Amino acid sequence: MLTVVAPGPLTTVQDLGRPGLAGIGVGRSGACDRAAAALANRLVGNDPGAAVLEATLGGLAVRAEADLVVVTTGARPAGGPAHDAPVALRAGATLRLGTPAAGLRTYLAVRGGIAVEPVLGSRSTDLLAGLGPPALRAGDVLPVGTPSGPMPGVDVAPVPDPPGGELTVRLLPGPRSDWLTGDALDVLATAAWTVTTESNRVGLRLAGPPLERRETGELPSEGLVRGALQVPPSGTPVLFLADAPVTGGYPVAGYVADPDVDRCGQLRPGQTLRLRR
Amino acid sequence: MRVLPSGSTALLVELDDLDAVLALHAALEEDRPPGVVDLVPAARTVLVVTDPAVTTLAAVEAALRRVTPRPGHQGPGELLELPVVYDGEDLGDVADHLGVDPGEVVRRHSDTEWTVAFSGFAPGFGYLTPAAGAWDLPRRPSPRTRVPAGSVALAGGFTGVYPRESPGGWQLVGHTDVAVFDLARDPAALLRPGVRVRFVPC
Repeated sequence: MLTVVAPGPLTTVQDLGRPGLAGIGVGRSGACDRAAAALANRLVGNDPGAAVLEATLGGLAVRAEADLVVVTTGARPAGGPAHDAPVALRAGATLRLGTPAAGLRTYLAVRGGIAVEPVLGSRSTDLLAGLGPPALRAGDVLPVGTPSGPMPGVDVAPVPDPPGGELTVRLLPGPRSDWLTGDALDVLATAAWTVTTESNRVGLRLAGPPLERRETGELPSEGLVRGALQVPPSGTPVLFLADAPVTGGYPVAGYVADPDVDRCGQLRPGQTLRLRR
Repeated sequence: MRVLPSGSTALLVELDDLDAVLALHAALEEDRPPGVVDLVPAARTVLVVTDPAVTTLAAVEAALRRVTPRPGHQGPGELLELPVVYDGEDLGDVADHLGVDPGEVVRRHSDTEWTVAFSGFAPGFGYLTPAAGAWDLPRRPSPRTRVPAGSVALAGGFTGVYPRESPGGWQLVGHTDVAVFDLARDPAALLRPGVRVRFVPC
């Protein structure tokens, strides 16, 4: 078991999410940076579907109630002794995640996985749909599962930390770029987009030159997935992340290539995002 | 059928109308091309979500173009009766829009058999289409920030029931005390695609 001493600004339980439930209006959700969460599970010998903790801007403190093996990945917490490297956390010991110098989301995996009760087949918290366990609070006690496989025998995974300055990702066509004037993809690809404070697990609200609508009619809602760059009436795009809605009623002008959406999930307000065709 | 790009993992298929959407969706549910992990039907489109580790978008597009749509294959699903108090704030506006009195709106809404065509907006929110009659109503000019759970509403040819309190732009005609989405129940969602619904005035 693991006791939450402090949850920090926002910590949720996340796994691979709930794919395949669009039929009842349930989106996928899951870790914002899937690659970092997957790495955390691999480093402690967990199944890829095991649940981890996703801490936003550090601040998370947890106390081990038994001898555990843990690892952090994603945004590197300040002052931590090890990152991307599994460590022992003895019974009674407390692990505190400092605020990362760069990146937004730190993943904490425990060998055996966080074993809270699944909801509709997943332990992920979907903040948009209001599904899954609530965000962690001080005093919460989290059960830990039984390890399913051997430790991989890796001391440290050599992966780069999320960048602190500008991030460039690949831009792909979306279904409704023709709803905007000119070549919307060119505008998306030339501007420097600033991540605003109105950003969360649902998406990044970007500031930059507004895109203008050519079609003014009402678009019937249609399906979308993470990576979608949706253009609401304000003209500045929203880049959808893990807790994206199942359908949206505004035109999607472009998409960020799916593997790059993980890196967008590490962007903080004020950082610059560039989209390259 | 128009196949539109949707990034590196999905394709958006645009069709002429909802019947064509349901026919294609039924065919794809019956025989899913390999690597398709989710299907999101909507009013005029089907989003086909793939697993890039298993397939390519080109292979899925080729498979989509070979599919024979299956019209009329959505139902008939179970019949659900939902008790409704027709006390919605927009009942008068809806009546004006249809050029009838509020009692006639209630009669038409409750005399009609509705079928869940697809879901979206929130977990358990079904878009229901009428077996007969036209209900082409606009959304509210500005959405409400709070629509109570259980509200029965109309917009754009559909009726629906809000599963929980949320913002919303549909025209409110009444409310039901039945929880249409309840995680403690299996199935959690009452309004699943294919389920037929009668609204019973009470």
